[in-house]
Amino acid sequence: MREEGTNQNATLLGADELVLNMGPQHPSTHGVLRVKLKLDGERVRGTECVIGYLHRGVEKIAEHRTYQQFAPYVDRMDYVAAVSNGLGYCEAVEKLLNAEAPPRARVIRTILTELQRIASHLVWLGTHALDIGALTPLFYCFREREEILKIFERYCGARLTTHAFRIGGLQYEAYDGFEKDVERFCKDFERRIQEYMDLLTGNSIWIGRTRNVGVLSAADCIALGASGPILRASGVKWDLRKAQPYAAYDQYQFEIPVGTNGDTYDRYLVRMEEMRQSRLICLQAIERIPDGPIMGKVGKVLKPPAGEVYHSIEAPKGILGYYLVSDGTTQPYRVRVRPPSFVNLQAFDKMVRGHLVADVVAIIGTLDIVLGEVDR
Amino acid sequence: MNPTLEALLHFLATWWVELLWGVVIVAVVPLVAGYVVLVERKLMADMQARLGPMRVGPHGLLQPIADAVELLIKEDIIPDNADQLIFWLAPVISMVAALTSMGAIAFGPTLQVARDINIGILFVAGVSSLGLLGIVLGGWASNSHYSIIGAMRSTAQLVSYETAAGLAMVSALLLSGTLSIRAIVDAQRQSGVWFVFLAPMAFFIYLVASIAETNRAPFDLPEAESELVAGYMTEYSGFRWSLYFLGEYANMIVVASVATTLFLGGWLRPFPNVTWLSWLEYAPAVLMALAGGYSIYRAGKQPVAVQTGFMWAVALACFAVAVLFAVPRFVAPLNFVLPGLNGAFWFLLKVSAYLYVFMWLRFTLPRYRFDQLMHLGWYILIPLAIVNVVAVGVAMLLENAGWNRWVGLMVTTAFTLGTALYLVHLQDKRNARASSAKTDVLPGNSYAG
Amino acid sequence: MLDSVLFYFFGGVAVLSAVLMVTRRNAMHSAVFLITTLMATAGIFLQLRAEFLFIAQIILYVGGIMVLFIFVIMLVRLDVALHHVRFRMQKMVAVLVALALGFEVLAILYAARRLPGQGLFISEITPPDKLPPNSEELAKSLFSAYLLPFEIASVLLLVAMVGAVVMAKSKKGAEEQ
Repeated sequence: MREEGTNQNATLLGADELVLNMGPQHPSTHGVLRVKLKLDGERVRGTECVIGYLHRGVEKIAEHRTYQQFAPYVDRMDYVAAVSNGLGYCEAVEKLLNAEAPPRARVIRTILTELQRIASHLVWLGTHALDIGALTPLFYCFREREEILKIFERYCGARLTTHAFRIGGLQYEAYDGFEKDVERFCKDFERRIQEYMDLLTGNSIWIGRTRNVGVLSAADCIALGASGPILRASGVKWDLRKAQPYAAYDQYQFEIPVGTNGDTYDRYLVRMEEMRQSRLICLQAIERIPDGPIMGKVGKVLKPPAGEVYHSIEAPKGILGYYLVSDGTTQPYRVRVRPPSFVNLQAFDKMVRGHLVADVVAIIGTLDIVLGEVDR
Repeated sequence: MNPTLEALLHFLATWWVELLWGVVIVAVVPLVAGYVVLVERKLMADMQARLGPMRVGPHGLLQPIADAVELLIKEDIIPDNADQLIFWLAPVISMVAALTSMGAIAFGPTLQVARDINIGILFVAGVSSLGLLGIVLGGWASNSHYSIIGAMRSTAQLVSYETAAGLAMVSALLLSGTLSIRAIVDAQRQSGVWFVFLAPMAFFIYLVASIAETNRAPFDLPEAESELVAGYMTEYSGFRWSLYFLGEYANMIVVASVATTLFLGGWLRPFPNVTWLSWLEYAPAVLMALAGGYSIYRAGKQPVAVQTGFMWAVALACFAVAVLFAVPRFVAPLNFVLPGLNGAFWFLLKVSAYLYVFMWLRFTLPRYRFDQLMHLGWYILIPLAIVNVVAVGVAMLLENAGWNRWVGLMVTTAFTLGTALYLVHLQDKRNARASSAKTDVLPGNSYAG
Repeated sequence: MLDSVLFYFFGGVAVLSAVLMVTRRNAMHSAVFLITTLMATAGIFLQLRAEFLFIAQIILYVGGIMVLFIFVIMLVRLDVALHHVRFRMQKMVAVLVALALGFEVLAILYAARRLPGQGLFISEITPPDKLPPNSEELAKSLFSAYLLPFEIASVLLLVAMVGAVVMAKSKKGAEEQ
């Protein structure tokens, strides 16, 4: 990976404004993202993100697949949190069909989605810490994530792109020992979170690298459409799990962590606390998984009535929305995905102005973007 | 006989030990540095809940050999517009500086290449600082804008922390009164404690400065892979790169040796002159025997027969070394070997402990940003080092005036510690002020077009 | 015997690198050859049993000043610098200075011919092992007999440092306003 610089206004001492190109292949852009930085010495004066390297035409493909056939495709968008994508899509189609998943399915969906949230945040923490130079948290986070992926594998056979849910409910019953596995993981996880906090939270180098870096005010967040932990770290207490509950979230008690400064350090604290809260949700959920069918009254051939629906959920990275337009046939007329990473990435320019080049990497990390989602 | 030949033979006869020792250093140190890399990888793996290199040789023991072979057979790529002479020269300077400075280090009472030169410590510090040139010339010769920036940053960092390290060394030199390495260790022997107990602040300053000197985390921004600006080593591949890399690890060993000599008592056992603790003289044999015993204990827990056999082999080796340490003590004609053997053991143990701390910090701490790094060096470490020199000097004056040595040093150490806390407090205040008064960045999209 | 060999080696290297230094087109090559010249000179110091001067030369000259030179060579855009108007009488001044220096060297050689094989006039020759350590001797004279020049030199260095910082800072300060 070579960076090119073009010198404008060359002077005797070679002090000039230059354009530094980062990516599309770079260890720290978390995918194929190209960032053009306009630098004045060490300070960033402007940026431009070039995306589209991972564009696969997912939304166009949707127009030529039936609703059930499209379900595995949504996993590939945010491939780090595939289960959440599946949840949003299945619930959106169920809304279109005016059907509802049975209670048992909803609860199991909630458990798996919360586990996926923990897994996604673990990937974020490991890679973010690695970018800032802490080599060890990555391995600890992936060790914990391994347990979650084992649960997913036992449940639906896949670790990453799970296709765990079906339109109308679930295909697979919770396997024998599902509750035990989840409970054992959650019980162990509290200690692990404490390990990560010990390594990073009070560490003055960590604080020095993340405090007041990439500050985004609440007004800016709302204006730019940023959502998820970014919005909450800036002080806005908005979480769709509480504001517009879906799946089984209205049955459980959990807190919404909110930050104050909107800097990278606050986003770190918010995501750590979210992992804790997800763990609490899982523990509450496995206590009472209702009995009953796992699949709702949904036919084999899905022909939703003509109309449109927009359904959004709180994915680990922010608000994930699906806008489905049906024309009465088995294939959707239009599927438009509102990916959280795409909208959050627009805040990048605002966050990075005036910072040093070394902070750019930290800010990209704190945005927690997945290029599969940004480009679709 | 031909007078030239006679002079040559006379020269060889007088200096053959030193020449041999020099050859040993040049031949052995790169190998040792390679194994230090393996140790680091294994330690890193252990702290990260994994195993590390396991494939090449038992438990990965042949990994450095494999790496060396791989690097040697790689294609030698030289960038098109690179300056041929300097591109070739830079890694050589780095390696030569590190190896030459090892010449003055004493691994034992008589194990030293340069037969106790007057300026021992200064020689080591000075020649190892020549490695700077290797870095800056390497970055320039790569003919890449970002290599040059990386090299300059690295050099700026090294120069800043060299000052702090030098001042910390001066504090210890005040306590010993001489620059010669053997005399410094002798002074520690006579005072009965290592200088780290007499001047702890100096030791900590030197520890931090030496981490920055060798470009190790948390001060490794110039060579971090996830940063934008490429380091000075980018354009080097294959054997040239390995020269830089081995030079860096040799430098680590040098820096650890200097710290051991100045602060940790060199080749002396703990509490060197204290007679009621002289049973510590048996420690090398006992420690190796304990290590052997631990290996046997672990051998029972290995899952695979091959690994059990390997652990038994390690145990046998430990016991053999323990016997090697114990035998000269009881066999009278071999007594002359004891000081060198024991001295080398203690020296290597201390150097290993120091390097362990280096590695431990690398795996635990995130990286400093470059401006934070320079702030730490110039705003905190150098003033603190200056205050420390003055403090130790005052303690020496007080000692001359009749105070107890320990009381004087404790008082001045407390004063230096207070200064350190004050400097950190000032830094926190400065950070808080800077963050609250963050200047407004340019409005609008100045990048348009 | 060893002394002669070492002297001719260091001296030869010094002269050869000096010649190479002034004949190179590439500034960086000149800098590298200056480094070798300085290190050879340091070797001669060591031969004269002035070990502190030897290491001071290495640390300060090679490790400090040469690094500074190299920084400047890297930072200054040499192709742009060449287009600036320079002091046009440079060649003439150089010739004059070279002639003066050459004359001085010849004068010294002439004065030394009266002591064949012994080089310059030395007041008393102490055998090497009776020489006190160079560092101690230097320190004793610097801090007693030559204390005032030492303090003046350090104040001068301090003034230069402060001046450099002020000059660099004021530019940056003006930019940020």
